[in-house]
Order: sequence, then C-alpha cells, then structure tokens
Amino acid sequence: MTAAAENNQHEWLVEYGDYLYRYALARLRDPHLAEDAVQETLVAAIQNNSYEGQSAPRTWLTGILKHKIIDLMRRQMREQPLDGDNLPEEPGMDDFFADDDGHWIDKPQFWTAPEDELEQKQFLVILQQCMDRLPKKLAQIFLMREVHESDNEEICKELEISPTNAWVMLYRARMGLRKCLELNWLGK
Amino acid sequence: MLSCKQSSQLLSQSLDRKLLRRELIALRLHLMLCSMCRRFGQQVAGIRLLVRRSRQQIEQDEAVTLPTEAKQRIARALESLRTQRT
Repeated sequence: MTAAAENNQHEWLVEYGDYLYRYALARLRDPHLAEDAVQETLVAAIQNNSYEGQSAPRTWLTGILKHKIIDLMRRQMREQPLDGDNLPEEPGMDDFFADDDGHWIDKPQFWTAPEDELEQKQFLVILQQCMDRLPKKLAQIFLMREVHESDNEEICKELEISPTNAWVMLYRARMGLRKCLELNWLGK
Repeated sequence: MLSCKQSSQLLSQSLDRKLLRRELIALRLHLMLCSMCRRFGQQVAGIRLLVRRSRQQIEQDEAVTLPTEAKQRIARALESLRTQRT
C-alpha cells in the first residue's frame, strides 16, 4: 500500500463514520450495536489492509459493514436460544383466533394510513416502540427480513433454523406488530 | 375452505416465499369472502412498506451522527491497531 493510501485510512472514521453509523442504525435499530458495527468494520478494513482502490472507499466499507451487521444480528439471536422446531407459543398468540373454527376473535380494526409528514413521523415512532416490545428473537428475525431484506435462504443459513421455523417466527412478529400498532396508532 | 387463522398465515408467508398454486387459489377464495383477512393482508403489507420507509429515513437523516464518545473510542482502537503494526 502506498503512503498516500495509508494516510487516507486515517480519514475513514472522520469521512465515513457518520454515514456508516446511519446505515448500521437503520438496520440494527440499536445505537450501541450500530457503534459496534462501525468499529468492527473500520478495524477489519484497516487490519486486512485489502483496499485496493477498485471502488470508492465508502462503497467498499459499506460492503464490509453489511457482513458485520449480519454477524451482530446472528450473535444477538444466539444469545436468545431457540428451541429447535418446537417454538413455545408466544403469550397472546392464541387469543387472535377461535379454537374451534379458526375465525378471528380479535378482529383487525380499520386504520387510517398516516396522511401528512407529521403523522408519518409519529407513526414511525410508534412502529419503533412496537418493534422494541417484540420478543427479542422475533424482533431480530423481523429486522433481518424486512429491513436488511435477507431472503429466507439467507435467514435459515445464518440462524440455523428451518424454513418453516422462519415463517412461523415472521408470522408471529407480524401478528405482534400489527396488534401493537392497532392499539397505539388507532388509539390516537 | 381455509380458516382465518390459516389464511393469515398464508398472507404472512406470501411476503416471504412464492405460494403454491393451490395455496394461492384457496387464499384468493377466502379473501373474496372475508373482509377481515383482506384488511389483515393490507395491514401486514403496509407494515413492510413503512418499515422500509423508516430505514430510508434514518439513512438519510443528516442529524443522526456517530456519537462523539464512540468516535473517540473507535479512534483509539484504530490508533492502537496502527501502533501494533509498526
């Protein structure tokens, strides 16, 4: 590596730190985890010393960051052990449908979509609070699917779960979020 | 005939995988007759859109910056990396 390129590395934190942080925060939704992701990215980038200028540094660093984000999500999930394919029923999941015929008991209520910018902002705040209230493993898989846009294959590989298990968890996450939004958005 | 429970499961799964032809037919039939499940389907699809919009909002929000404390901590970590190397 040339002296000039070596010199540029010192600037990466200053130049791209904020951008990388926003990128990580938008996906991990946790300031501390996002900070960790930025740190691990820059450490790996400088340690491996493999930047050859084939793409803009920001693009190159973002590529590393994407992997770090998945790593962190996986670690988060590991700390919340899954019971193989026998997921215990989340409390409350039984209350949505009648036991006998599977019809709605807790019927989805009508919502108005957030209209102006202000309402949209309020809605997003509530959405975030609702995500925070989900059981952690459900929140993680939901983020991985909907925010990171991992496909099912990637989710199953990263989390070492079966496709069925992934669909069940995503379903539960959506049921929980929908209900939470209904209570807190409708109630406004 | 699908129950609402099964129908809601398929609606959720349709966001994650391509449904089989027979699942799709059964689901469409159910949705024709069930306004609650139609509403449910619109809401979960709407949640997807809103979640993605909120991601863009954070990404583009210049007011969101790496906290100074974290910046200093990372700078120290990178510095010690450089000293190790030389």
